Amino acid sequence: MPDVLKTSSAGPDSAQAPASTADRPRQSGPFTDSRHRTRYILLVAVLVLVSAGSTLGILLWDNKAAPGTRAFELIVGMRMDALVVIAVVAFCQAFATVSFQTATGNRIITPSIMGFEALYTVIQTATVFFLGAAGLTLFAGGAQFFLQAGAMVLFATALYTWLLSGRLGSIHIMLLVGVVIGGGLGSLSSFMQRIMDPNEFDLLTARLFGNIGNADTANLKYVIPIVAVTGLVIWLRARRMNLVALGADVTNNLGLNHKREVMVSLFLVSVLMSMTTSLIGPMTFLGFLVATLAYSATDTYDHRLVLPVAFLIGYAILSTAYFVLRHVFYAQGAVTVIIELVGGLVFLFVIMRKGRL
Amino acid sequence: MITLENVSKTYGAETTIGPVSFEIPAGGVTALVGPNGAGKSTVLTMMGRLQEVDSGTITVNGRDITGTSSRELAKTLAILRQENHFITRLTVRQLVGFGRYPYSRGRITVEDEKYISEAIDFLNLTAYENRYLDQLSGGQRQRAYVAMVLAQDTDYVLLDEPLNNLDMQHSVQMMKQLRRTADVLGRTVVIVMHDINFAAAYADQIVAMNDGRVSTVGTPAEIMRPDVLQGIFHTPFEVVDGPAGPLAVYY
Repeated sequence: MPDVLKTSSAGPDSAQAPASTADRPRQSGPFTDSRHRTRYILLVAVLVLVSAGSTLGILLWDNKAAPGTRAFELIVGMRMDALVVIAVVAFCQAFATVSFQTATGNRIITPSIMGFEALYTVIQTATVFFLGAAGLTLFAGGAQFFLQAGAMVLFATALYTWLLSGRLGSIHIMLLVGVVIGGGLGSLSSFMQRIMDPNEFDLLTARLFGNIGNADTANLKYVIPIVAVTGLVIWLRARRMNLVALGADVTNNLGLNHKREVMVSLFLVSVLMSMTTSLIGPMTFLGFLVATLAYSATDTYDHRLVLPVAFLIGYAILSTAYFVLRHVFYAQGAVTVIIELVGGLVFLFVIMRKGRL
Repeated sequence: MITLENVSKTYGAETTIGPVSFEIPAGGVTALVGPNGAGKSTVLTMMGRLQEVDSGTITVNGRDITGTSSRELAKTLAILRQENHFITRLTVRQLVGFGRYPYSRGRITVEDEKYISEAIDFLNLTAYENRYLDQLSGGQRQRAYVAMVLAQDTDYVLLDEPLNNLDMQHSVQMMKQLRRTADVLGRTVVIVMHDINFAAAYADQIVAMNDGRVSTVGTPAEIMRPDVLQGIFHTPFEVVDGPAGPLAVYY
């Protein structure tokens, strides 16, 4: 700080201040210096180690069959499915939340504000309400999965093409309308839940918490390619997103159509969110947590550095929580609860320590 | 040369900017002055294609801006708004590096680095280039934004109230640097500003706007007359001879 004061009192045309950069090459780029780069590499290494540890833990912990036998392979195979679901969910939440926050220029909101969860809840509730408990078993399988995911993408796309390209053209109005519609759908769901048979309600509740066990692994063969392609597109657009994060005026000035970039980003976000929500249910706090921690840990504008770290943090958190709950406490199903409790505390700690978002 | 022909924009049923027609010659500093709500910023942002034109045409170097690809235009014309708030945390050098986006598309080359360094040095930011923007004073931050649009290496640099929130010292410093941008780098600088004395001291041409229309275009000497100034700003003026030219007194 004293430096700042000194130069501003030195007068407007003070001689060129001595270069603070004499000892290093004058270079631009996502890393400010070599220490920043080292810190990043270390961060990735630690995250990979934690992820590898929890992955091995989930696969091998308390696996009573002898290695090499058929029973061992079966158990590992079943546990592998859970890991794939965890990876898909972590990937979707991380990429979707970071892209969404960049597109909307706001790091406090999550894609759930566009009503994905409310829509998921209302679809699930309506299924049980109109078809009874049998409806839940009916409402499984590929076709229904795509029906639900398609409805979410359609809903989100309709919302932002209508509200972003029209005369209003305001992202804030779009978010507000998203909140209002989400609230309306939420009330509709709770109305149906109120007059529902208590037994059916009990069955329904299990589906309304994000739960790895909810996933119908038969759908993974469609989900993985869709998520992979969407993720690749986001990756290829990462440099544009760096620019979009600077806001509409700067983006347009530098020759990129901000509105178009935002709309494409929101479409990709809606695809990822529909995939993860249809697969396991709502888990947006994870996305928020992961994105915030990733910004804080990487401390860079470059999405090519933020996105992989966000995914790794998501995978590490989710797989560790799953491992601890399932294999140590035998309390599967409560993953969301634990993530919200522990994650919330970690989040508060990081914010307090750093003093900024 | 930037040419505006019958350019207009309508907000709601009541407020209309234009039709406006004037020319900004290549080279030198042009100041857009006028009272609040006169439409200065609207006209500037339309020139910078940040807002669409409702009717009329704007051409830059003979090319209609609505028909030119935004990416090509970004190599000819740069515009800086007064409010700049980023969600990402950037160092000065990273920010200025974004000015090379029309050329590099995010992949900074050795040549880009040269332009970035030049822009930073030109605005006396060399010592701060690795500081984060939130560690700078308001004046330094404003200079960093200007460095970004200079790194864009465009013929035209449009600035929307660059003196906003700057104290006297930093205002003078900013205007001197913009004057040098025109004189040394040969850019055409267009500035929206409030202070008529600043405009008179540093601009080659003054475009005065009033109620959404251009009321007067002229050199500082032609504008700095009590009757002309009163017509523009609707407040009584006296013009006295200062050490470096006429001074408007209005308080």
